[in-house]
Amino acid sequence: MNEDGLKDYISSLISKNIRIDGRSLLDYRKPIKIELNVSKNAEGSARVIMGETEVIAGVKMNIGEPFPDTPDEGVLMVGAELLPLSSPEFEPGPPNPQATELARVIDRGIRESGMIDVKKLCIKKGELVWMVFLDIYTINDDGNLIDASALASVVALRNTVLPKIEGDKVLFGEHTKEKLPLKKAPLTCTLVKIKDKIIVDPSLKEEKVMDARLSVAVSENNEINALQKGGDKGISIEDIEKMFDIATEKTKELRKHLH
Amino acid sequence: MYSKRFDNRKLDETREIEAKVGIIKRADGSAYFRIGDTKVIAAVYGPRELYPVFLQNPEKGLLRCVYDMTSFSVTDRKRPGPNRRSIEISLVTEKSLLPALDLSQFPNTVIDIFIEVIQADAGTRCAGICAAAMALADAGIPMKDLVAAISVGKVGDKIVLDLNKDEEDYEEGSTDMPVAIIGNTEEITLLQLDGDMNKEEILEALRLAKKGCSEIHKIQKKALKEKYMSVKENE
Repeated sequence: MNEDGLKDYISSLISKNIRIDGRSLLDYRKPIKIELNVSKNAEGSARVIMGETEVIAGVKMNIGEPFPDTPDEGVLMVGAELLPLSSPEFEPGPPNPQATELARVIDRGIRESGMIDVKKLCIKKGELVWMVFLDIYTINDDGNLIDASALASVVALRNTVLPKIEGDKVLFGEHTKEKLPLKKAPLTCTLVKIKDKIIVDPSLKEEKVMDARLSVAVSENNEINALQKGGDKGISIEDIEKMFDIATEKTKELRKHLH
Repeated sequence: MYSKRFDNRKLDETREIEAKVGIIKRADGSAYFRIGDTKVIAAVYGPRELYPVFLQNPEKGLLRCVYDMTSFSVTDRKRPGPNRRSIEISLVTEKSLLPALDLSQFPNTVIDIFIEVIQADAGTRCAGICAAAMALADAGIPMKDLVAAISVGKVGDKIVLDLNKDEEDYEEGSTDMPVAIIGNTEEITLLQLDGDMNKEEILEALRLAKKGCSEIHKIQKKALKEKYMSVKENE
């Protein structure tokens, strides 16, 4: 089926409130599987499987100099690799715009929600702080890498323990029992518009025919910490309002997966 | 003197091995291979069209291999992206698999193999080759036989099979020799050495490698059969 045919098929189903994989419009794929400690060499790591989409996220810690404008705050670096292993459409090479967007959307949700208590990551003001390296790797892309990555990232951070240090050196491979100082947990819900309907957790086929996309990162008290509009068409304010309400409800559901 | 192995194995004993195929749905073939605490996945895409067109060979298909480690697969964070080590490993991996394949059936195309190390505890290139060979078979690429690989070497004064990280880092000296062998022809398709061994020691180590690879071949075949037997039962 070509893209126009697929689009007609998907949207004619959606107009009857049915999705190509049998879900209703506002259902996430089920079950959502979460596995911890993907790598024992990570300070924290997690695997998330949503339908057939699979991603892993891992945290490595180091110590180093803070940025001059935030001398008493730890540093967060988020990277994402769209592995060519995970899709015939991904190619080897430095992160492309899609990978960069993914990393930055996840970064904003975590950073702006204040999930990590960066002040507590200061070891010596202006000289030495903890640096958190969060890296996301896609294993199988069947759509909605953003929500799967956001969930994997939050789970990995929540399971992160600090490595031992000696003076200004990290003893890699040796861990303390001390957890990363965390305050909140932002979760991301991605909504897609196809013709006049809104759906959540788009599969790859749905992403291919979507008109517009909105990813919303929501933390515990329903604060919105990050937004990212994607897709080739615009969205109305009315739709955005609806999408916020749905994202708030759906991230509450996703939150049940955090222990 | 290295009298007892760190993990109490016999000198000619491999770590625990686990193998599985068909783990990545979007790939044409895929596999998971774990040996001890080393965990690797591999995916095969192709034969598919090769671009740019000038790379196409009307006589035979091209095999391309990328070996990569996740940043958190090792204790000291690895920067994402290729480095000199990973580029060399990609090359020798390609060369270790190529002799098992007949790519003349796939002119003008490419078969891409992507290997990702999820958790590293020595022997990652060998685990990568084991996973890649299974992924090729899972993708239905005709092969002479599966390729298995394992590291052998010398830890202290002992010749051992399948060095783990503690053994690779052994203070009193450690030599690592990764070996890959095609199952039925017993051709050696990967041979590297990093350390210090004499001719007799190397030949002794090669005998161990042959034993280790033949055990791995059985496990690889079993994993492939498990997938395709269960497909048959479902029909």
